[in-house]
Amino acid sequence: MSKPLKQIHLAAHFPGVNNTTVWSDPEAGSHIEFSSFAHFARTAERAKFDFLFLAEGLRLREQGGKLYDLDVVGRPDTFTVLSALAAVTERLGLTGTINSTFNEPYEVARQFASLDHLSGGRAAWNVVTSWDAFTGENFRRGGFLPQEERYSRAKEFLATAIELLDSWHGDEIVADRHSGTFLRDAKAGAFVHQGHHFDIEGQFNVPRSPQGRPVIFQAGDSDEGREFAAADADAIFSRHSTLREGQAFYADVKGHLAKHGRTHDQLLILPAATFVLGDTDAEAHERAREVRRQQVSGATAIKHLEFVWNRDLSAYDPDGPVPDIDPDLGEHTVARGRAQVRMYRDPLAVAREWRELAAANNWSIRDLVIETGNRQSFVGTPATVAETIDHFVQADAADGFILVPHITPGGLDVFADTVVPLLQERGVFRTEYEGTTLRDHLGLAHPDTGAPSGRAAS
Amino acid sequence: MSSSSSLSSSLSSSLPASLHLAVALDGAGWHPAAWREPEARPGELFTAAYWSGLVIEAERGLVDFVTIEDGLGLQSSYFTEPDGRTDRVRGRLDALLIAARVAPLTRHIGIVPTVVATHTEPFHISKAIATLDYVSTGRAGLRVQVTARHNEAAHFGRRTFPPVRIKGVEQSADPVVRELTTELFDEATDYVEVVRRLWDSWEDDAEIRDAATGRFIDRDKLHYIDFQGRHFSVKGPSITPRPPQGQPIVSALAHEHSTGAPFRLVGSSLDVGYVTPYDADHARAVVAAVRAEQRAAGRADEVVHLFGDLVVLLDDDPAKAAARRDRLDELAGEPYTSDAPIFTGTPVQLADLLQELRAAGLPGFRLRPAVVAHDLPQITRGLVPELQRRGAFRTAYEADTLRGLLGLPRPANRYAAAAAATA
Repeated sequence: MSKPLKQIHLAAHFPGVNNTTVWSDPEAGSHIEFSSFAHFARTAERAKFDFLFLAEGLRLREQGGKLYDLDVVGRPDTFTVLSALAAVTERLGLTGTINSTFNEPYEVARQFASLDHLSGGRAAWNVVTSWDAFTGENFRRGGFLPQEERYSRAKEFLATAIELLDSWHGDEIVADRHSGTFLRDAKAGAFVHQGHHFDIEGQFNVPRSPQGRPVIFQAGDSDEGREFAAADADAIFSRHSTLREGQAFYADVKGHLAKHGRTHDQLLILPAATFVLGDTDAEAHERAREVRRQQVSGATAIKHLEFVWNRDLSAYDPDGPVPDIDPDLGEHTVARGRAQVRMYRDPLAVAREWRELAAANNWSIRDLVIETGNRQSFVGTPATVAETIDHFVQADAADGFILVPHITPGGLDVFADTVVPLLQERGVFRTEYEGTTLRDHLGLAHPDTGAPSGRAAS
Repeated sequence: MSSSSSLSSSLSSSLPASLHLAVALDGAGWHPAAWREPEARPGELFTAAYWSGLVIEAERGLVDFVTIEDGLGLQSSYFTEPDGRTDRVRGRLDALLIAARVAPLTRHIGIVPTVVATHTEPFHISKAIATLDYVSTGRAGLRVQVTARHNEAAHFGRRTFPPVRIKGVEQSADPVVRELTTELFDEATDYVEVVRRLWDSWEDDAEIRDAATGRFIDRDKLHYIDFQGRHFSVKGPSITPRPPQGQPIVSALAHEHSTGAPFRLVGSSLDVGYVTPYDADHARAVVAAVRAEQRAAGRADEVVHLFGDLVVLLDDDPAKAAARRDRLDELAGEPYTSDAPIFTGTPVQLADLLQELRAAGLPGFRLRPAVVAHDLPQITRGLVPELQRRGAFRTAYEADTLRGLLGLPRPANRYAAAAAATA
């Protein structure tokens, strides 16, 4: 009478350059040394996760004209880490966030094709855009792109990269030493792309990779972003980790697929999620409260308020009331290099709402920032968390989650050891990898055959 | 990889008789018919197993480092355009990703991917090589290359080059060619400057994790690089902290050229230059020319290693090596030529030649195996033991970092030094 159980997809987000990551904890290790990445990846693979996820930022953040120093600062290069991780893992998918603004399609396509070859078909690309002149100061291109062209360029960038990846079909390399024929066709990899943003032609120089193309992720919540995902992406990295918001987002995005000729299972919705575990639910909630206090110091709370107010609020007491002055509605100048600043599209309304919330609950500035920004997604015993995750997936709030631990690199260990076995017992999470490629793990078809990519070979 | 181990190693590796060896990896080997040899594995050229096997073999031979060739278009036998051939290896994987893939599988050998300065972003490459240095715990370098190929420029669609046809690396009197050569190498010089400044844009102790003040970094120890040049401007700082070696090795292949541009790049900016003299006297002249550029750039007291590049075909019997070369040439349909001298003979004869060139001022050599499946083991299991018997090569790795193997100390940070001077 009920539909079959959905299988859950799980991914591990390496703790990032933001205040979710608690660097002051005695357990916190390096976020740069390769040993941290190897530990994190091995844990994820031991737990049969679908993939590991790396974020990216191409300019160090500034606030009030100075480098922001309260969060983890700095990270290694995405492609280099992922390729090295391919050497210390065998099945785990490797997802990299790569900017479509400050790169060129030919280079990015050959990097992902190379990663897919070198990992035996485990590469995925989270396509993001950033068009700001602030980040552009580090690149040849600079930051010239008007906002309205942001998605059109990203869309054309992705389409162009896919044309390059598809320019080899997989049967070009003969390598027959007797006849002396290496390539079947001198025109292997030939392409011409004449578009608004890119006008390029020639021959792509990386042969067809195991997955054909990397799995494509889209991150972002705007209407253009949803449409972009519904048309072109294999998975969405979203922020909606509560049940009701998740269900609304899920229904909306999956509802867009039909008009692009796609079915429900061709786009996975994978929200980011945080978690805190304990021996009892009460203990977990107490620990979660402590973690939130670590994540949001008084100084951090003031800085976060400045994202909305766009003013220097350093004179305010974080344990005191929310400022009664209004945000500066001019161009945002206080916090630079942060995506979340754009989330607050109507700063006056946000400030009003926050003042009312704080007054109604008797919250200080720090309380407010904690309660509006740092509530963990899943808190409880392993049994509670496993049950909740399963419920969210079966109730179509998500197809799985991209978990963001708050400790580097061991923050996933307990989850792997306690929650994953319970999900396996419930019959909703794999006990062994069935295929070899990330497309296999995610149940996505190979672009050439329409069939899961690794099954035929295994 | 402590700096003290690098320092002590620099003493032991600078024995006058000892020389440095690098191996240049490119597809199935440098001879165009290499892939047709019985030992070749042409079907595996695009796999991780192939590349890790080669680098592990090179490490077995205690060589200082491998370089990995790259390019932003299909390989071609012509200098400035595609050749449309189907009888040679075509297609390749990104060298930096290969380097990262093999780094965790090795412990001592340096790994030096090729990077094309002409069409890539110095910001991306700086953090990628810094990360390769983290992934390899101090064994990263890069080989910077320029390209004047029109077809490669069209892959990016952002610049065009004058319609010149260059036949090879020989000198050209054509002013358009001279101007283009100078422009590309000057851009590469800027590129290396940006890459190096970004590596120094974090001081070594910038990460403080000071719980008392809540500060993760001491932002006074991060620096904007504020580079402004003709082709790009880069603000900085890097997003990646200073790599383990401080400054990974920067190298380039440099031919004699009437503009002087390639040697100027080596003299002004690099740690290692690969040069192609045809005999010992020529080697002396090339060394003198690069040293003059080094002095002109104010780097007379810095170590710039010049490695002789040689294509090698090695067999236990010289006649066998010669016959193999003939057979390969026959398969290729023409005699093999190269920008570098081609050595055909025994490991013992090659050891003689390397020691002669060593005496002429070349402290190291980058060997290009003609057939990698055959000539790489000839290097690691034939040449290396022969050099060891002569006391001319290490018998164990004496350092944990590539700088250490090359006898280079870990350099001071330019910005830390500047801050100390003004304090």
